[in-house]
Amino acid sequence: MTTTGRREDTKSTRKLPWIFEFYRSDVAKKWVMAVSGVILLGYIAAHMLGNMKVYLGPESINSYGISLRELGGHLVPEEHLLWIMRIGLAAAFAVHVHAAYALTVGNWKARGKVRYDVPREYLAANYASRTMRYTGVIVLLFIAFHLADLTFGTANPDFISEDIYHNMIASFDQLPVAILYIVANIALGFHIFHGVWSLFQSMGANNELYNKWRRYLAWGFTAVIVIGNLSFPIAVQLDIIS
Amino acid sequence: MDLTLKVWRQDGPNQSGEFREYRANGISPDSSFLEMLDVVNERLVESGDVPIEFDHDCREGICGMCGVMINGHPHGDQKGTATCQLHMRKFSDGDRIVIEPWRATGLPVIRDLVVDRAPFDRIIEAGGYISVNTGGSPDANLIPIPKDAAEASMDAASCIGCAACVAACPNSAAQLFTSAKLAHLNLLPQGQPERYQRTLAMVETMEEFFGSCTNHGECEEACPKSISIDNIALMNRDYLVAKFKDRRKAGQA
Amino acid sequence: MTTLDAKVPEGPIQDKWTNHRFDINLVNPANKRKYEIIIIGTGLAGASAAASLGELGYKVKVFTYHDSPRRAHSIAAQGGINAAKNYTNDGDSIFRLFYDTVKGGDYRSREANVYRLAEVSNEIIDQCTAQGVPFAREYGGLLDNRSFGGAQVSRTFYARGQTGQQLLLGAYQALARQISLGNVTLYNRSEMLDVVMDEGRAVGVVVRDMVNGEVTSHSAHAVVLGTGGYSNVFFLSTNAMACNTTAIWRAHRKGALFSNPCFTQIHPTCIPVHDESQSKLTLMSESLRNDGRIWVPEDADDPRPANDIPEAERDYYLERKYPAFGNLVPRDVASRAAMRMIDENRGVGPLKNGVYLDFADAIDRLGKDVIEARYGNLFEMYERITDEDPYDVPMRIYPAPHYTMGGLWVDYNLMTNVPGLYAIGEANFSDHGANRLGASALMQGLADGYFVLPYTIADYLADWLNTTPVSTDSEVFKKAEQDVNDRNEKLLSINGTRTVDSFHRELGHIMIEHCGLARSRPGLEKALAEIPVLREEFWKNVRVPGTADSYNSELAKAVRVADFFELAELMCRDALEREESCGGHFRLEHQTEDGEAKRDDVGQAHSSSWEWNGYTTPHTHIKEPLEFEYVELAQRSYK
Ligand SMILES: Cc1cc2nc3c(=O)[nH]c(=O)nc-3n(C[C@H](O)[C@H](O)[C@H](O)COP(=O)(O)OP(=O)(O)OC[C@H]3O[C@@H](n4cnc5c(N)ncnc54)[C@H](O)[C@@H]3O)c2cc1C
Ligand code: HEM
Ligand code: HEM
Ligand code: SF4
Ligand code: F3S
Ligand code: FES
Repeated sequence: MTTTGRREDTKSTRKLPWIFEFYRSDVAKKWVMAVSGVILLGYIAAHMLGNMKVYLGPESINSYGISLRELGGHLVPEEHLLWIMRIGLAAAFAVHVHAAYALTVGNWKARGKVRYDVPREYLAANYASRTMRYTGVIVLLFIAFHLADLTFGTANPDFISEDIYHNMIASFDQLPVAILYIVANIALGFHIFHGVWSLFQSMGANNELYNKWRRYLAWGFTAVIVIGNLSFPIAVQLDIIS
Repeated sequence: MDLTLKVWRQDGPNQSGEFREYRANGISPDSSFLEMLDVVNERLVESGDVPIEFDHDCREGICGMCGVMINGHPHGDQKGTATCQLHMRKFSDGDRIVIEPWRATGLPVIRDLVVDRAPFDRIIEAGGYISVNTGGSPDANLIPIPKDAAEASMDAASCIGCAACVAACPNSAAQLFTSAKLAHLNLLPQGQPERYQRTLAMVETMEEFFGSCTNHGECEEACPKSISIDNIALMNRDYLVAKFKDRRKAGQA
Repeated sequence: MTTLDAKVPEGPIQDKWTNHRFDINLVNPANKRKYEIIIIGTGLAGASAAASLGELGYKVKVFTYHDSPRRAHSIAAQGGINAAKNYTNDGDSIFRLFYDTVKGGDYRSREANVYRLAEVSNEIIDQCTAQGVPFAREYGGLLDNRSFGGAQVSRTFYARGQTGQQLLLGAYQALARQISLGNVTLYNRSEMLDVVMDEGRAVGVVVRDMVNGEVTSHSAHAVVLGTGGYSNVFFLSTNAMACNTTAIWRAHRKGALFSNPCFTQIHPTCIPVHDESQSKLTLMSESLRNDGRIWVPEDADDPRPANDIPEAERDYYLERKYPAFGNLVPRDVASRAAMRMIDENRGVGPLKNGVYLDFADAIDRLGKDVIEARYGNLFEMYERITDEDPYDVPMRIYPAPHYTMGGLWVDYNLMTNVPGLYAIGEANFSDHGANRLGASALMQGLADGYFVLPYTIADYLADWLNTTPVSTDSEVFKKAEQDVNDRNEKLLSINGTRTVDSFHRELGHIMIEHCGLARSRPGLEKALAEIPVLREEFWKNVRVPGTADSYNSELAKAVRVADFFELAELMCRDALEREESCGGHFRLEHQTEDGEAKRDDVGQAHSSSWEWNGYTTPHTHIKEPLEFEYVELAQRSYK
């Protein structure tokens, strides 16, 4: 008997190289998301900590920027290691976003067009888990602006290359920009709140001994990142740093 | 008690459907949800109408035939309960109850509240078994199984295949069903020889029909057997290992 | 008149099965794929047979009216499955299991068949374990056993309270594997509505696709029915809603003998009825009787709630009457004892239709945790249905129709008297005599499907090598299809005023009243007068809505109920002709002074089979005498 209800009318059966073959499945895409998610989480944690130097004054943060460029010391040419990290980061972003896109499209197909008449009253899924794809997009747009603002300076009214302290204050002094940063980081907070918990499931790390700690970890991690990141625009607005 | 029902009516697989309202008066609070539908149906037949089709059989929460969305909750909002085990005393006089079929591309409506769950059979056929032919099996006590392992396997094996997990999942994913069968077999010593090919085959068949898992956990809430999403984690891990493992070495301890 | 040859092999009982397997015809492996076999039903019997035959290389088509093979009613069995493993070292053996089963069946089964059942029981446990059935285990990692009614050894294997589910999933998985290998083709949501005969043998079936109503024919070298029991003739029973007799009844109308239709089992531990809208009864596993104590108040119409009745004013009637077995007497004995209590007005609950099953002592002795571990899911199920918490107040239980020992007559090879037509599992009459012991139906279903039919069917098939099955375009198939279509159209066109369920419920009332726990000549005669009247009314006044070419469960129900009417009549006739009390069949005329069943081993030591002679001509009664060489006939005593 023929079975109806397939998500895709036709499924490509072309044999692909191993790694693409792997990536073809949804479960594997979730692995990719989780692994890239861990890289991104590591980056935002480090980034937030690094930015904390702003509270130690201009020299501290500016020299931090310089030391980033000089990472690797004299063993590698200047900025090379930084670029390797940037490429790695960009790659993590790219696969994370691609997998998110592909999974979302697949899920829409799996859900079909007809929706339940009664709005679902979710019991376990929370606001964070259901808005991953939207908070993700917000973060993506934010990053585009953020790079233009603080890395390339094109969106910054008074950009001075390599003067991170100055650039940051110039940017956050504008109320709309400060608000934008605040909103984006709250969105990021939602994203990582579910993300940190979820990646354990996706990576099959599951043990009765520590399962309940996954939720606590998600709370703690999110709180640190969000409070840390929000503190910068707020501090500038309140003239704590200027 | 007197109730108003709003029920999805659809004549056939490829036809369009609509909601219709019915009065259900004088329902005994001791009757089950499906007995309430029986009463409504008998009245519909007597009045010359066509009764509401719904799947059911054992009426004791074990066959997995029944299952409808009741006011937005798969199998109703009593936890760990199949539709057939739900009793009307959980509702109040005057309630309005919306009854819908499971909704997912992988579960097309056959008629009214009846859906086609054949993809579940396809998933099992892909590898949800241990390949032993009848006869020639070793003595049942030859391989001791730690009690905790046997219990965990049994927990997963108690899935009734009702598809409420798919119905509940915002992604229409069948991960809970699939992972429950995988956990049942992959946790047992008998299931080891085929553990990884089974995982690959079942996951890939599942993905032909259903969505992916964002770890919402709605499935576990809806599941009449309270199957744990821990099984999904187990499946994800076995899937990755399956992709990497050199199975020629599987005989090594 | 058909003469019966049970084809029981010669030789001592221990050697019969071994010798038989050597003596019968075999089909060589390369030839197996030349044979087509149709199997109806995917319960334990059907699924295990389909899987095993597929493994052997036969081309198998399997049909079920369910959406998936996993839904078959076997899924609901709770308690467990017997085997003579003697893992508990309490003196069990194949012979003891055989002996207990024959005795439990009140000496109305065929010795050779039962012995074979006991013989293969151990292999079943091995097979299921290898398939991954998660049976309960001890801390040492080995299999656990529990005891069950009617046995003095612990030989029951179980998987929590879901043994049937786990065994069926095992068989379903084996079947799924054969489906994926292409050896078996599955037709789900397909109901068999007739067996097709050609030149006196079964050559195929007519099936209705329940989704689009299409009626089609399928032909094969042999047809196997594993379609379960007919307890739903009583309307309210512990069986699933869709269980019915149509498959075996249609086969019966085509010439297969129906045996011992009146041997039905009433299970003592079910949740009492609440009101008229009730659609089915829920069984509470018999295993509860291991720890629960059954009692009723000393005084009739005692108004006090259970916990207010002092110990001295309770009557633990089973412990009182049957000190040796106490609460673990076989089902028929326990059911009748409960019925008497209720008849004496000592029933409990709002409708005074139950007896107490009390766990207070067990909870005191073992602790709530142990009881919860053993019966947690059953307690939960009970609470859900009744809104009472059995940890605090005793459960109320009542006997309910549960299992049918009767079914199609089969020989030692499980073939009916119609060549090429087989019956396995609950659908046949073979192993349980007049009463089935707990945990032995699962054993029988799997024995038939895994270990008996796959060998014995070759004996018949060997004769048909290199023949093609009769074409489905032939006259016999067209005629059968036409009959099925006509019948459906007829039912749809009556357009009367009563629903199918209302007729079914009324039939159920008649049957439970007169052909239930206790039967008497006047009662049975009354039933025999009432059933045809009701049946005539059904055919004039039933209302079946909808059309034949769409999903229509009312139509499916109507077809089944129509057959129940005919079966019900035969059950009553059979009960009337069986002038004795044995097992589940209790004739008020035949009881000892203290109210126990009185068997007649001189006049009634036979199985009673019935041959269909047409709608208007009464059945022919054919008896197969039963001889007991190895088991000594004794009045069963559980005192
Ligand atoms: C509540 C309950 C608890 C029980 N507990 C125990 C226990 O603990 N131990 C024990 O040993 N026994 C127990 N039994 C008995 C046992 O479960 C059954 O006797 C046994 O499972 C029957 O198996 P079967 O394969 O013969 O039939 P079933 O499992 O009933 O399967 C019948 C199959 O036939 C199909 N079918 C029927 N008619 C047609 C048709 N016309 N066309 C197409 N398909 C058809 C159905 O779809 C189904 O697949 C219990 C029974 C009940 C009711
Ligand atoms: C309020 C919080 C934040 C502040 C104050 C901040 C500040 C900065 C500054 C000053 C730079 C430029 C560094 C340099 O040129 O050396 C920068 C770069 C960057 N930031 Fe942020 N950032 C914040 C949040 C984020 C977040 C949430 C993300 C990611 C989601 C992010 C991603 C990046 C990236 C990708 C770069 C470019 C790094 C590179 O050049 O290698 N930032 N950030
Ligand atoms: C700094 C930036 C980001 C971080 C730290 C991050 C982190 C994470 C983590 C940890 C997960 C959980 C992965 C899992 O369950 O296995 C996740 C999931 C997700 N991310 Fe991100 N992410 C980031 C950016 C983005 C962006 C830019 C998008 C999309 C445009 C996005 C979309 C998603 C989606 C849709 C999911 C859910 C996927 C699913 O479970 O189906 N994320 N993210
Ligand atoms: S996992 Fe639960 S919800 Fe899903 S099919 Fe199994 S029993 Fe139903
Ligand atoms: S609800 Fe869906 S997203 Fe995953 S955890 Fe359950 S399958
Ligand atoms: S009807 Fe069987 S689970 Fe509900």
